[in-house]
Amino acid sequence: MSNYGELTFQGWRRENGRVGVRNHVVILPLDDLSNAACEAVANNIKGTMALPHAYGRLQFGEDLDLHFRTLIGTGSNPNVAAVVVIGIEDQWTNRVVEGIAKTGKPVTGFGIEGTGDIMTIAKASRVAKDYLQWASELQREECPISDLWVSTKCGESDTTTGLSSCPTVGNMYDKLIPHGIYGCFGETSEITGAEHLAKARAASPEIGEKWYRMWKSYQDDVIEQFKTSDLSDSQPTKGNIAGGLTTIEEKALGNLEKIGRECRYIDALQPAEAPAKGPGLYYMDTSSAAAECVTLMAAGGYVVHTFPTGQGNVIGNPIVPVVKITGNPRTVRTMSEHVDVDVSGVLRREMTIPQAGDALIDMVVRTANGRLTAAESLGHREFVMTKLYRSA
Amino acid sequence: MATSELAGTKAGEGTHGTAGKNPHLLVHEAKDTVGVVVVEGLKAGTDMLCVVTHDDSDFRLTAKHDIPIGHKVALADIKSGDTIWKYGQDIGKAVADIGKGEHVHVHNVKTKRW
Repeated sequence: MSNYGELTFQGWRRENGRVGVRNHVVILPLDDLSNAACEAVANNIKGTMALPHAYGRLQFGEDLDLHFRTLIGTGSNPNVAAVVVIGIEDQWTNRVVEGIAKTGKPVTGFGIEGTGDIMTIAKASRVAKDYLQWASELQREECPISDLWVSTKCGESDTTTGLSSCPTVGNMYDKLIPHGIYGCFGETSEITGAEHLAKARAASPEIGEKWYRMWKSYQDDVIEQFKTSDLSDSQPTKGNIAGGLTTIEEKALGNLEKIGRECRYIDALQPAEAPAKGPGLYYMDTSSAAAECVTLMAAGGYVVHTFPTGQGNVIGNPIVPVVKITGNPRTVRTMSEHVDVDVSGVLRREMTIPQAGDALIDMVVRTANGRLTAAESLGHREFVMTKLYRSA
Repeated sequence: MATSELAGTKAGEGTHGTAGKNPHLLVHEAKDTVGVVVVEGLKAGTDMLCVVTHDDSDFRLTAKHDIPIGHKVALADIKSGDTIWKYGQDIGKAVADIGKGEHVHVHNVKTKRW
């Protein structure tokens, strides 16, 4: 493989010009109270998907802004063709509907108060059926690789991720970012020990400073505020330690291998913020917990996620295909049903990192074309909202 | 599925890679003081083939313990308090003396953070 800029994939071009690689009709709850109605609608209308979650009541300030940004971003993601929103009351429900409607895609909201679950479910099911049948006739079209937005985050890392699967993702970015794709990495706490390297990879000193303030703020405002000991029982995790990772510095250095050797990030995004500076690599301020991070990146508009793992993280996402890459031969042997790209040949010195990068690019394109990932096949739909502090 | 046709190849007996052999231990940078075991079931006393991935150079080292895949081995004698180097970077400090070829992990290395 050499002409990476000539790669194409089959995607759905949405009303706003963005391209999706899945064609979901989503039944989106505003709040925890509306999960039951959403799940009932998805049960009535086969082929639609509810996204139940735990929050949405009595949040305020920055935490509430993030809640709305995540829901609106999820509904706006080009992997979603149309959305039904259900909330306990109309006003906040409409705020989500209006946010998603800016993309031009079909979206309708329903409030439960004054109507009850049963009538709401009936009305919403009729709309969901119309949306599903409409979406089922939308056709894929050939799109240039530059229309693809690919995020990354690793999980259940071990020392093999820093040697093989993370540099494989980095090699993919080094090859595809120059051809106009959007990339994204995050995991703020997990850069600790490699922050000097991360800061230096910004496209300008100003962006590096913006990134550094984000990282430092998490250290000062969260870790220093809430820690009860050093974080040795959480970062690295027990799984990381079983896999041979000893310190957060070691974990961070392996993690950062995902951004390759060449590309530089052009902005540092708030959680779930959509990138707005054109094609290139972005940093997003996220937790290192897999489901929270992938949910935020999906809400930012990314349509394929690349996920290196060592010990065998099984995570998926409801709207974004999560491509698993591992270089650990034991994980390939014991958890093969979770592995999309096996790069264990890197550890045997039978496969180079550029060869591994090509294998990943091939799988990303196949996934964009419609191949179901291991996580999709196994029904992994982890959708986890990030909560910044206690509700009022 | 890209499962390797050579999955059954034993370390040191491969037909590709450095010196035609599969390594037991990989080291990121020449400056590093630890390497990573990349084979399952490594036994104490194994004469390990070690490869530095940065420049493809290789050397031999005898493992002093049974060491699981993914775990680290000291490449030289390390004194308590010494910085541990991996990726050519500081990954923490030794909290006990560690002999060349011994297992390096949470029992003898700690973070300098938090």
